This record gives sequence, C-alpha cells and structure tokens, in this order.
Amino acid sequence: MGRYFGRKLAIYALTFFVAVTINWLIPRFMPGDPVSRMVARAGMQTPEGVAAMREYYSSLFGFDVPVWQQYLNFWGGLLTGDLGVSLWAFPQPVSSIIVAAVPYTLGLLIPAILLSWWAGNKFGAYAARKKVLDNTVLPIWYVLTATPYMWLAILLAWALGKVAGLFPVGRTFSASLRPEWSWVFVTDLVSHWFLPFLSLFLVAFGGWAIGMRNMVIYELESDYAHYLGALGAPGKLVRRYAFRNAMLPQITGLALQLGVIVGGAVVTEIVFDYRGLGYLVLEAIKSSDFFLLQGIFLFIVIGVLVANFIIDVVYVLVDPRTRAGMGGGA
Amino acid sequence: MRHRSRFLVLLLTAGLTAAACTGADGPNAGSGGDAGGGYPRAETLFTSGTQWGPPSNWNPIMNWTYATGTVGLVYETLFLYDPLTDEYEPWLAESGDWTSDTTYEVTLREGLTWTDGEPITAEDVVFTVELGQIEQVPYHNLWDYLDSAEAVDERTARFTFADPRYQQWANWVYFNPIVPEHLWADKSDEDVTAGANENPVGSGPYLYETHDQDRQVWVRNEDWWAIEALDLDVAPRYVVDLVNTSNEAALGQLLEGNVDLSNNFLPGIASLVDGGYQLHTYFAEPPYMLSANTTWMIPNTTRAPLNDPAFRRALASSVDTATIVNSVYGRIVSAADPTGLLPIWDEYIDRNVVGQHGFSFDTGEAKRLLNQAGYRDTDGDGLVENKDGSPLELTLATPSGWTDWNEAARVIAEGAEAAGINLVSETPADTVVQDMRESGEFDIILDNQRQMDNTPWRYYEYVFGLPVQEQQTTVNYGRYENQRAWDLVNQLDATRIDDLDGMNGIISQLQRIQLTELPIIPLWYNGLWSQANETVWTNWPSAEEGSPGYLPSMWRGYPQRGAIRMLTELRPAEQQ
Repeated sequence: MGRYFGRKLAIYALTFFVAVTINWLIPRFMPGDPVSRMVARAGMQTPEGVAAMREYYSSLFGFDVPVWQQYLNFWGGLLTGDLGVSLWAFPQPVSSIIVAAVPYTLGLLIPAILLSWWAGNKFGAYAARKKVLDNTVLPIWYVLTATPYMWLAILLAWALGKVAGLFPVGRTFSASLRPEWSWVFVTDLVSHWFLPFLSLFLVAFGGWAIGMRNMVIYELESDYAHYLGALGAPGKLVRRYAFRNAMLPQITGLALQLGVIVGGAVVTEIVFDYRGLGYLVLEAIKSSDFFLLQGIFLFIVIGVLVANFIIDVVYVLVDPRTRAGMGGGA
Repeated sequence: MRHRSRFLVLLLTAGLTAAACTGADGPNAGSGGDAGGGYPRAETLFTSGTQWGPPSNWNPIMNWTYATGTVGLVYETLFLYDPLTDEYEPWLAESGDWTSDTTYEVTLREGLTWTDGEPITAEDVVFTVELGQIEQVPYHNLWDYLDSAEAVDERTARFTFADPRYQQWANWVYFNPIVPEHLWADKSDEDVTAGANENPVGSGPYLYETHDQDRQVWVRNEDWWAIEALDLDVAPRYVVDLVNTSNEAALGQLLEGNVDLSNNFLPGIASLVDGGYQLHTYFAEPPYMLSANTTWMIPNTTRAPLNDPAFRRALASSVDTATIVNSVYGRIVSAADPTGLLPIWDEYIDRNVVGQHGFSFDTGEAKRLLNQAGYRDTDGDGLVENKDGSPLELTLATPSGWTDWNEAARVIAEGAEAAGINLVSETPADTVVQDMRESGEFDIILDNQRQMDNTPWRYYEYVFGLPVQEQQTTVNYGRYENQRAWDLVNQLDATRIDDLDGMNGIISQLQRIQLTELPIIPLWYNGLWSQANETVWTNWPSAEEGSPGYLPSMWRGYPQRGAIRMLTELRPAEQQ
C-alpha cells in the first residue's frame, strides 16, 4: 500500500513540475510586452520618465534578470505563495485576486458537479429498469446534453432571467448591497448563484444519467448477472451488483470533472457575468496579464492533481481489484 | 443508506425551491433598498463606463488607472476648467495669478481641511509639485521649465519659472490633484508612482466606502468645504461605479434603470433616445453627444509612399467620412474639421488657411492627386503602383473587437480602393496594435488619444512632438519630423493663455503646415459618450436652456473639467 502511494506521489510530483514549467513558458510566448503596455498606459511625457518607468516595471515583474534566473525566481515565489503582481488590476498581488474569486467558482461548481453526479447516477440507474421513464424523460436529456452549453446558458438567462424575471442575471450580488451576513444579502447572493448553477446542473445531470443508464443495462446483460439470476438471486441483489460495477467509470468521470473545475466554468461565468476564476481567465487573456493567467493555471494544475489523488484513494476503497493489484507486486 | 438518500432528495428539492423563491423577490429587495444592508436607491447614483478592470488602486498620481472618482470625488485640483465655457473656476485655490513674467502665485481658500482633519496648506501644494521631480511621475517634465516652488505663507505658494510655459502650467493647475504632505511625505518613490494608496484621504465631496471586484462605492463627505464656501453640495449620498463587462450589458442596465449614468459607447443609442425610454443625452438631436476627442488616421511617415505628402493628401481625399458618421456610428459622432480641432477650439481655426489647404471627400480629386504625384496604374488592375513601378499595398490596423473602428476601417479601405489605392483593413489584438503603434511597425492606424482640453497646445504637441524615439509611447505615432513645426508648438506653449491673438498667430502657421503636410488625417469627432436614465435622478447636463451645461462624464480627467458640478446639480426625481 505504501509503495503504491509512494509511486503515485512521485508521478504527481513530476507532473506538477512539468505542468508548472509549461505554465511559466506559455504566457511568455504571448504577443505583447507587459512592460511597454504599462509604460504606454502611463502616458509619460519625457524620455527619462519612460526609461525610469520601464526600469521600474522590469524589476517589479522580474524581467531584469536572465531568463534562467526568472524561472528560478518563479519557483521561489511559488513556494512562498508569491505569484507576482497583476497587470490587469495593478498593483494588486495575483494571489489576493485569486483568493477573492475562488469562493465564487467553487461555490458554483462543487454543488453543481456533486449534486448532478449523485442525482444523475440515481436517476440513470432507475431509468434503466423503467421502460416508461427511459422512453419519455431520458430523451429530454439526450437533447439537453447535446445542445451547445453556451446556447443553453443564454437561453436560460433569457427565459428565466429576462422574460420571467425570476432571477437576476449578471454579477455575484446586487450592486446596491453591501456584503454582510444578512438575510437580504444571502438571498440576493443565492438568487444570483442559482441560474449559473442550474445551467451546469442540467447539462451535467443528463450526461451522468445517460452514462449510468447505458452502463447498468450493459451490466445487467453481462454473464455474471445472468448467472446470478439463474442461481435464483433476487432481482434486487443483481441490480445492486450491476450498479456497483457501473459506478466505477462514473467515479473516474467525476475525478476528471472535479479536476478541470475551473476550466469548465469559463463559459458559464462569462454568460452569466459571474465573477469567479473563469471570468478572471478571460480578463487576464484580454489584457495579456501573464502573472494572473499563470496563477490561475497553477490553481487548475493543483486542482487536477489533488482531485486525481483523492480518486486514487477512493478507488482503493471501492474497487477490490485495485487493492488486489497493490498486493501483487505491481 | 436508503433512508438517508431519500432524505437527501427531499433536502435538495427543498433547497432548490427555496432558492427559486428567494430569487423571485431578490432583485426587488435589492432595488427597493428599504431592507437593511443596501444602498438606498433614491440616494445612490450608479455610474458605469470608466472602469474596465477591478478597482485596484486609489493613487491620484497614476492618472490612467485609478479607481473611478479618485480624482474629483476624493482628491481635488486647484482649479476646475470647463472646456465648454473656456473658464477656470477656482476650486481649492481662491485665486492664482502671474505676479511677474516668471512667477506665479496661488492662494488657497481659507479653512480647507483634509478629510482626516489636518489643514490643507501651501506646503501641500508645494509638496505635490515637487513630487514631479520623481522621474516616473507623469508631470515630471514640469521641472524642465520650473525653477522652484515655495510656500510664502500658510495659504500662498509661489512658483518661479526658468522658462515659463504658460499653456502647460494652466493645464497643470486644473488637471493635477493636490495630495496631503503629512500622509505622502514618508512614501517611497515606488509607492508614490505605483502604490495602491488604499484608504485614500483627500479633500473632496466623497469618502472611500468600499470596493469589490465589480464596483467602487463612495459615500458623501458631510464636511466638504464647498458646502459652506460655495453653497454647493453633491446630491447622491452614495456613488456606486460599476466595472464594465460589455457595452451590451451596460445598455441593458441603463434601460432597466439599474445604472443612472452610462459613459459607455452604446451603438444605436440614437434610436433609443428617440424611442421614449427615459433616456437623456446632452443634445436632443444628432450628434446627441459632445465631442470629446478627434479620431485621426495616422500614416507612418517613415514608409513609402506614406512619406510623400501628396500621397497622404490623396489618401485623405479618398475617405468617405459622411458614411462613417451616418452608417457606422448612426450619427452619434460628427465629421471633423480638416484641422481636427474640436468644436470647443473653434476660435483657433484659421478659416483662410482651411479654405486654401483643407481637404474633403472627393474620389476624383484623390485620383487626380495620385496621377499628378506620379502614382500610376501600370499593370491595369485599377490600383496604382509605387513611383518605381513596384506594387503598392498598405494595411490599416484597428484593434479586434473595436467594432466601430473595424467598420470605419472597412469604409476607409473601400474609399481608398475606389481612388485606386490598395488599402487592406486588418484587425489584430489590441495589444498587438499597441506594439505596432509604439515601435512604428505599421502602415496606417487610427488613434484618438487627445481629449478636449484647456489649450490646443496639447493637440499640437501630439501632432508634432519631437524628438522621435525608438518607442513612441504618447505622441507623434506617425514619426513625422518637422523641427520648424515643433519650434512653433513650443513657442505656443510659452504664449500667455489670455493672449488669443498671439496664440492664433502661431496656430495659423501650424495649421498651414499641418494641412499641407498632413502628418495626421482628422476624420471624425468621437463623442463624450454619456447617456443618463431619468428615473431616479434628473437635471442632467444638457444643451437646453436652463439646464446645467457641464460635462456629463465620470471618465478619468473629466471631474476636474467641470464634471464634478454635474453631481452638485443633480436632483432626485419625483417619487411616483
């Protein structure tokens, strides 16, 4: 067991190193020089002013040292939690901008992913045994899952937000409120959260339900299920075995979903103008703010790795074959 | 296990229902504002159109990026300058005069205090001016011609000039805010020029309340000096400036009455103003907006054939500005004078020179000029070649996503092609366009970087600014070199602001050079985009008789151009 996790951890460490390096490299290939951008925005009148400012920003962003040293400094900063200064929201530190946005993204995605996973699997397994349900309700989700997410989100915003006026669209809470622990504020926060949540939930729910339904049907048709049935096991027991086996791919799917949690929310946050990490990604790209972009990608990388690690642990718990494999000198 | 699942389903259903229900009354609770925790709608002014990123610094020295309202609402200037009336209104200053050719004295009002209770003294003024000795401060070049600044007494500061630049100085006193020495003296140079300056302490009508990534909130300063001194007070108790997302979102918020004043560019606003939504613009008919700056076509004068004034003139004659104004902008802008001087600078335009050397849209004339200058179509494709017979192909770059400019560029390219010039419009990312502009790696770009101001010297400094450097970051992107013109610009700078004849003598010569050489090609005047909703606040600035004629904008640099007076003139709308 120790050796299994040891090896996994080593792989994660290597992946982390490579991902962070790529993450550091990519923004540096983007067109546009952030220092000139800052200097130009300042509208300096005199050549000395321009030169002085250029020098100041170069040193602030760490461009005044050779590239290899910039790379080492980046790691140094990373380990001490210093992700640099944002250009988009100069002079705020990247880490504080990300910290402010993270709760909104996680608050949106974690409930959406977990609830849709849980409810979708239950529903899919149930629909697999109920012909009526399978023929009437599930097709709705075939359509929902196949629609481009962007379009569905816009449709929801338009129908429930604009036409029916049930939910506000845009921002994380009303402009006329102060953030505080009051009933008014919390309900406002929830009402702004609901539409983006619903859009994610609907699409993901359909995906899980359809996957689960197919898997359960497949498992019920497999040899062991037939054999079990032939032995006279009650249908309930057979279905429980089928459900457990069908869950395994779904758990892997969940791991992937949780990992790319940030990437998945970019479109949602843009359509609903919800100010989480996805919105920051867009703004960072638009303003070539490499430091912010780097910080967010780092967050994604860590997210993917942590989620995968958790799933590795969960697999050991739910799939006896993994446990067997570990013992067998793998 | 099974029982728990059922319970969870119930909980989930209950949760969703609750969310749906609260959602239904959420917005009402917000806009009603009676419930605790909000900013009362009737006492709050919502603005948008200035801030594109989150409010992230309150540093008045960083005058290109501070949170909306930092200068104007918190930090104040010695004077206000109103471009519409061409008048300087004493603000923190009680008076300011040239006591001799080289000395200027400014006297502060009596009894001014910073919002932390400390008195505002002449030392603060001197300190602010001396900050300019730091190279990264935007007004560093002030010290090229200023000798010394000293406080004569508690309220009077004296400035002695080596080489008085009257125009620039008049610009300084109204544009740059005074900062408190007792809080700023200990700041490092980096903190002064690039610090966030959280919790700003100024002297103005508002205090910092809070900010979030998508908004900046200011609360009224009940002890503002002007309440007593000028009998003025700002009407809204709170000012909430919203960070822009898109112009479409801004339009929606404005129509719903969630934003009172939008300084966004809203295409198609003309039809909505006429369409009976309680929308207000400065003029009731086209162009609806005041003109804030001029959009020029900037040819790179270091590249052939754009280095040939005759070619530039042909290009200028090929542009169908009327189509841009009417179709691209739906008449919310107006065509520029050939000099490009804004309507507020009308008195500086020499009509004789314009009559003699001005240009206008005339494809036939453009063809004639090309032919006369030796640009001929040698391969018979309908487009002219370079003088040496090599193919001529020019590109006009406008930032992608700037749809109005992209569309205008298309009109320009069509006009050029009709005249026989092979001009292609392309739309790289805005960061790329900026790099091209600064490094001089472009054929033609559009630009509009000079706002309405107290002196046309600012305009000519932009057009003729020398020396041309490797990176041109602020002026003369077309890299046009004309020492005589630049000398005239400096001579203009050293002319007194009340010497209209002296100024016009120089400006007339500059106009002659500009119109014969065409280092820039003025096309249209961009508007001071401003549309207000009258549901909550009324008495918005307008050209109508009896309404306040101030500039209706929260853009950086505009409160000190008199726009702060818009806030003192607003009235709450009658409650239905």
